[in-house]
Amino acid sequence: MKKMLLSLTAILPMLILSGCNMVVFEPQGPVARSITELINWSLIWMLLVVVVVFGLFGYIVWKYREKPENKDYEPPEEHGSTLLEIIWTGIPILIVIALTIPTVKTLYALEEAPRGYEEKEPITIHVTSADWKWIFSYPEEGIETVNYVNIPEDRPVLFKMTSASTMQSFWVPALGGQKYTMPKMETELYLLADNPGSYEGQNTNFNGRGYADMKFEVLAQTQKDFDQWVEDVKDTAPKLTEKEYVGLLKPTHLGRLTYSNTHLEWVNHADPDSKAYTNPELYRGHGYQGKTFEEDDNYKNEKPNVIEGHGEDKGHDDSEENHGGDHHGH
Amino acid sequence: MGIKWDEFFITGDPLILGSQIAILLTMIGAVAGITYLKKWKYLWTEWLTTVDHKKIGIMYIISAVLMFFRGGMDGLLMKAQTSRPEMEFLNSQHYNEIFTTHGVIMILFMAMPFLIGLMNVVIPLQIGARDVAFPQLNALSFWLFFSGAMLFNISFVIGGSPDAGWTSYFPLAGKEFSPGIGNNYYAVALQIAGIGTLMTGINFIVTILKMRTKGMTLMKMPMFTWTTFVTSILIVAAFPIFTVALALMTFDRLYGTHFFTVSGGGMDMLWANLFWLWGHPEVYIVALPAFGIFSEVIATFSRKSLFGYKSMVFSILGIALLSMVVWVHHFYTMGSGPAVNSFFSITTMAIAIPTGVKMFNWLFTMRKGRIKITSAMLWALAFVPCFVIGGVTGVMLAMGAADYQYHNTLFLVAHFHYVLIPGVVFAVFAGLYYWWPKMFGFMLNEKLGKWHFWLFVIGFNVTFMPMFFLGLNGAVRRAYTYSAESGFAPLFMLSAIGSIVLAAGFAVFCYNIYWSIRYADRNISSDPWDARTLEWSTASPVQFYNFAKLPEVKSLDPFWHMKKKNEGLTLHDSEIEEIHMPSNSWVPIYMGVIFGIAGFLLVFEWHIAAAVAGIGIFAGLIIRSFDYNEGFHVSKEEIHRIENAWRKTEGEVHNHVS
Repeated sequence: MKKMLLSLTAILPMLILSGCNMVVFEPQGPVARSITELINWSLIWMLLVVVVVFGLFGYIVWKYREKPENKDYEPPEEHGSTLLEIIWTGIPILIVIALTIPTVKTLYALEEAPRGYEEKEPITIHVTSADWKWIFSYPEEGIETVNYVNIPEDRPVLFKMTSASTMQSFWVPALGGQKYTMPKMETELYLLADNPGSYEGQNTNFNGRGYADMKFEVLAQTQKDFDQWVEDVKDTAPKLTEKEYVGLLKPTHLGRLTYSNTHLEWVNHADPDSKAYTNPELYRGHGYQGKTFEEDDNYKNEKPNVIEGHGEDKGHDDSEENHGGDHHGH
Repeated sequence: MGIKWDEFFITGDPLILGSQIAILLTMIGAVAGITYLKKWKYLWTEWLTTVDHKKIGIMYIISAVLMFFRGGMDGLLMKAQTSRPEMEFLNSQHYNEIFTTHGVIMILFMAMPFLIGLMNVVIPLQIGARDVAFPQLNALSFWLFFSGAMLFNISFVIGGSPDAGWTSYFPLAGKEFSPGIGNNYYAVALQIAGIGTLMTGINFIVTILKMRTKGMTLMKMPMFTWTTFVTSILIVAAFPIFTVALALMTFDRLYGTHFFTVSGGGMDMLWANLFWLWGHPEVYIVALPAFGIFSEVIATFSRKSLFGYKSMVFSILGIALLSMVVWVHHFYTMGSGPAVNSFFSITTMAIAIPTGVKMFNWLFTMRKGRIKITSAMLWALAFVPCFVIGGVTGVMLAMGAADYQYHNTLFLVAHFHYVLIPGVVFAVFAGLYYWWPKMFGFMLNEKLGKWHFWLFVIGFNVTFMPMFFLGLNGAVRRAYTYSAESGFAPLFMLSAIGSIVLAAGFAVFCYNIYWSIRYADRNISSDPWDARTLEWSTASPVQFYNFAKLPEVKSLDPFWHMKKKNEGLTLHDSEIEEIHMPSNSWVPIYMGVIFGIAGFLLVFEWHIAAAVAGIGIFAGLIIRSFDYNEGFHVSKEEIHRIENAWRKTEGEVHNHVS
């Protein structure tokens, strides 16, 4: 018993110390920061609960354990204590209230542009998740990217999110929380980066074989660099055709792609009446089919990935380290 | 037709080939062994057709231990796969199938039957009854559960396992994105097992309301009976939702309807809502009886009555009520708006209040007691700190805004393992060590029990504690691999090592059962723990009619007070009367088999064959309705003989025949 107590109490300081280098505790913007503050607030209260219960538990079990000296001790008949029971009903109620108020406040705050940035006009980016890639459309700029998204720093970004296939979840832990992307529905998420940097985003909602590698990079740039990048893309990136786009939606892994127009011209998957681009036969792998898979489904993009209707292979080089640099893939 | 013939058996994977061979050899071995020992008749009359609640309970527990092994192997395979970055032990598809079946099996085919098994053994004894209200229905419940469990289990060797997660979210679980038959197994096998569970719920509600012995008012019921009662109500409230949801899923998958598939105008989040409207209460359906077990074990081994009995009862009712109004906390990130998320944050956090009350009541039950640290008690003690960690992280997850960062990460996975393993697995182990002598008339080895305990508890903490930190560092659940640059490797490795220690604990548990069956002392008292409730006032193992004379209850912990006052323990000859007991029946096992066959055909979408098998189900119902067997009577002489046999061996406890 003592051994277990020791090992458990040893874990607590580890919890606090190791908090120093975990992505959730290193927020890179006001949205993520507000959530981290809430988490830290809850951690204080929860540590209090843990300390009280563990202390009481250790004391009682140690003091009243059976030992040779107390073999004849017959415990008293005891049925409860109204006062004590009121105390340990009341204190949890107070703790829950202490946690509820900031939770509700934060929930409401997350639905709006981050405080302090109300004046700045947000940039809108449409997010479309597909199997197993992320498509980002900038309707105002008229450009589209796949598996990476560049954003200007110190400016709220409003992501309007939907899915072209299954339900998925858009998460950039360094910048803020996550929300689901669902077909024929739209969810909105504000994120904001304080300063330039590269952050990892990913899908957290399981959606089949390619799920583990469904990641993307968020690159926060200065407004100047961002504007320059948009100009570059408009000048150099190819146009996306509907046929190519249908190819993109097939269940595959792709590297980074860049286009000088958006697919919103012909379909917005958030629209309840939008056309579905599903390919049931390509998901046969879900059903095991009597064999294990010999092909790796191009998980790592080691070999060029030619998609029907997509023409040649374009710049699938996510082996290249692109952190902090600009990356227009063409 | 959903499958080609060459896809019938899974081929091409050495792991699965090994399993197929092992399954075949085990089956041949079992049949040969039973034939050699000439035990077929014994098996049929004593077990397969039995309606005795104690034997049904034991069959539930055996099945649960087997399923624990299966689910545990799944867990080990997952841990092996994630032990190192970019590991190539399992491919993505295989990993997806394994975590799906791990979840389903552990919750529905391990935790639930284990608890229902203990309920079956204990509840009628605790309330001083001779059986449950509907003994034959009880047998049917078991066989339907067993049938569903077996159907689900063969999926990994025949046809393909479900692979859309134990939550089977649409549209992924629909035919468009999962065209194989794996998810048909999910829809059909869980439906069959679920019907059995629903009937168990009904059976126990009636049993507890109508079959209590003289003097046992509701507020004198033992805590395990109370929790079983409230759990049964929750089962009856929640399982029909699952039944409907699975039926709609079956229609979507087998007959092309669009309840949940987006393409035809269905709503994918409708499935998520229905699933969790059942799934969240389900968590409490398995947790509440566990709380009951801890209450019994802690009171017995502290030699005190439960502290704050009334507030314990009200807290159970409160938890049950709240458990029905928190389901949206499973998808705060759906974008349902701050008002909805606030409501569900508050109701979810509120569950911590009654749970906290219980925690302190348990602690104060031990205060001023004389705590005897047996194997059973060790599990109850370890439960307290481990469950507190699960509980506080649960409150953290309940805070909607914070959940945006925890959702679908390993932090969540760590949390629910910290709730379910201490809250359910520790409980069933505590219950098993505690009631084992009542079931079998000998004890499990205490020394091996302690090895089992320490390995399991240390292994459990080493396995799941790192996952909290992995989750906070951005590791998502259900990912079959991760890159070396992510920095997750050391903690994943630690977690994998922990799982081996955990498995070693389980192995010691199995060895303990084997050792005790062979070598344990058979000459133990019927009340080896000096316990408090009525089940200990009768023989160990319990005679088939439970009580020669139904006991009368005057207080909480009735048997304790009988012993203290030395009254009501003696059986006088004049009190012996004929006892009426129900007869065995072959109908329940027949129904289990026919449901299994019909279900199997339905999984493969052989609709005509399934319909023909379905006629067999109706035939079973008709046969049952013409069953006029009204049971049999046990003669006074036989009762006298049986009671004499065990009461004379009693030394310390003065319950004898005069």
